[in-house]
Amino acid sequence: MFKKPFAATAVALIIAGAASAQDQSIIVQSTTSTANSGLYDYLLPIFQNETGIQVNVVAVGTGQAIKNAENCDGDVLLVHAKASEEKFVADGFGTERTDLMYNDFVVVGPAADPAGVAGMNDVQGALAKIAESEAPFASRGDDSGTHKAEMALWKSADVDPTAASGGWYRETGSGMGATLNTGIGMGAYVMTDRATWISFENKQDYSVVVEGDQDMFNQYGVIPVNPAKCPSVNVDAAQTFADWLVSAEGQEAIAGFKVADQQLFFPNAPTN
Amino acid sequence: MKSDAEDTPTADAPILPVTLQGVALRLGGAFVLEDVSLELGQTGCTAIMGSNGAGKSLLLRMMHGLIAPTSGDIRWGGAAPSEVMARQALVFQKPVLLRRSVAANIDFVLKVRGQDRAQRDALLDHVGLLHKSAQPARLLSGGEAQRLALARALATEPEVLFLDEPTASLDPASVLAIERIVSDARSRGVRIILVTHDLGQARRMADDVVFLHKGRVAEHSTAQAFFPDPQSDAARDYLNGRLVV
Amino acid sequence: MQSIGEALGLAIALVLSGDPDLLEIVLLSLRVSLTATVIACMIGLPIGALVAIGRFRGRNAVLILMNALMGLPPVVVGLLVYLYLSRSGPLGFLGLLYTPTAMIIAQTILIAPIVAALSRQVIEDLHAEYAEQFRSLCLTRLQTVQALLWDARYSLLTVGLAGFGRAVAEVGAVIIVGGNIDHLTRVMTTAIALETSKGDLALALALGIILLVIALGVNAAVQSVRMTAARQAYV
Repeated sequence: MFKKPFAATAVALIIAGAASAQDQSIIVQSTTSTANSGLYDYLLPIFQNETGIQVNVVAVGTGQAIKNAENCDGDVLLVHAKASEEKFVADGFGTERTDLMYNDFVVVGPAADPAGVAGMNDVQGALAKIAESEAPFASRGDDSGTHKAEMALWKSADVDPTAASGGWYRETGSGMGATLNTGIGMGAYVMTDRATWISFENKQDYSVVVEGDQDMFNQYGVIPVNPAKCPSVNVDAAQTFADWLVSAEGQEAIAGFKVADQQLFFPNAPTN
Repeated sequence: MKSDAEDTPTADAPILPVTLQGVALRLGGAFVLEDVSLELGQTGCTAIMGSNGAGKSLLLRMMHGLIAPTSGDIRWGGAAPSEVMARQALVFQKPVLLRRSVAANIDFVLKVRGQDRAQRDALLDHVGLLHKSAQPARLLSGGEAQRLALARALATEPEVLFLDEPTASLDPASVLAIERIVSDARSRGVRIILVTHDLGQARRMADDVVFLHKGRVAEHSTAQAFFPDPQSDAARDYLNGRLVV
Repeated sequence: MQSIGEALGLAIALVLSGDPDLLEIVLLSLRVSLTATVIACMIGLPIGALVAIGRFRGRNAVLILMNALMGLPPVVVGLLVYLYLSRSGPLGFLGLLYTPTAMIIAQTILIAPIVAALSRQVIEDLHAEYAEQFRSLCLTRLQTVQALLWDARYSLLTVGLAGFGRAVAEVGAVIIVGGNIDHLTRVMTTAIALETSKGDLALALALGIILLVIALGVNAAVQSVRMTAARQAYV
């Protein structure tokens, strides 16, 4: 009786909701650093202006982004874990992986620097010192690109930090920003990509303590999702977006994105 | 919307007189009514009297069908109470009014009984509440609330009207107003079955009296016989204002 | 802490600036959560009422289940809805993932048990008062449920409010099924989560303050309706 008008409203709202998923739009399953740093806010309007294609970004950890894309819940994958990306393509989920841009990882730490690693540029040595002094270290622990890179560095430093999990080694199981907030809250060292760090606004007395090691190179790649696996993919728009990113124009736009006068991402797509 | 009883085979069969045969009710291990056998006639007003805890209200509810007896049989002209409930109405001591306006309380029963909604104002006028139609029912005074409950009961066009101490804790003017409405219904052929403690009311209204004592029928007499000359000790003590234990 | 004062100032400045992005996020939050509340009420109220007046075998088990479902973790609901709405899931063909509709579905699932369980209690209390009168009037079960729902309407407003409060405040479900996509599925809570992860705690807190004010406004509106009703003894 009295519920009928509400029902009509509800139905109308649902229809309106469904209708807003337009045809000329794509979903990018992305790592968080590119979104949180503001790169997309800078790039996407340029791209949309040129092509009319609306790009919707779902920013999650690299591990989850790949998983979502494997479930066909995205048209383009933009992450930074080369081995996983190549497996994604090899398994048929992506058409082709292209190097897009890079930046680097850094280790940030408190001014007190309990492990005495400030100024080091040998990341393995720094990690070994942190482990030895049992100074707190906060890890993503979420299978993200950054987490994978961090684990590889521990391995090459010949330290198994997970043995101290819950002790000085603390896995937050959350995103880069949340891990920075947590790590800073407990005076722990954190490894982060430089873009997230530069645009992060809750630095307190933290600064970059370890940087400049070749092994901290951080490569981003772009992969259109394979329509053979995922028929729902908006193939043309996805390819247009991927092509634009690696084009001279897209690369120039990436290089032009700055936060606090610092360039955050360095384009390195292969030129044809 | 049709009420359930109208669809039963006994829809038009007469439901009076009502007979109770060896009716007993056990609550929590103890008998609160025992060996109740009665026949109440076709017309008039029966008063059920007795001291507190004698089982008057329970007897009323059993006759109406709200409570099933533990043993024994109640027959309304051959039908079980639940089959004829819709042809009866019950007004409770404390009226249960909907959280709506006075008019909406009447509208509600007319609607659920599938009756003509146009009767509403006449019903409210009959109980002197027409001028309060738009007021919230639950802000009525005690007497007004009971008159509304009566109007709602009458809206169902009952053949039997049960009243469970309808005027307890009301002022004399309200008592008279309610008695006038009940008498009017009775004169239109509605069978009245009334539980009351009010001797004056019983004298004014009742044609016969059922006197209950400790869950049993102590006596069932005409009003003319009962008040001047009760046959049971319990009734005599009650009428004399003595505590009956 | 200096950031609370900073956040308050920022919240006021944000509201005064009439920022269209903020307005968009606020409106989407309200649209999603209010719609979910209305649908959850359409599902939860009849269930609550039927369980309230029903005497059937397994009723206790239903009560326990209803009460337990009130504690459904949003992230679990989000995950379940994601698995169904994902392109690789059974309802993937609908293309609803990462739309406001998906968020409405998730929040509806989250709060329908709350509406059912709380309304069951409200209606059972009212039914205790009305039951004998209604039986005497020979009401059908449907008529009883309708009358109880209508007479409890002002108390049920509070039940709806409890559901709305949970919906508008949760982040775990909407961030999974909505994806926190800018201009499409970003609501207050996911925006707050985003700003927190960017380390912009002041902006996150400012958005939190605005969300709180909106919740206060909705509650105040409902409370004033209830007070009007209470004056008429309709509560």
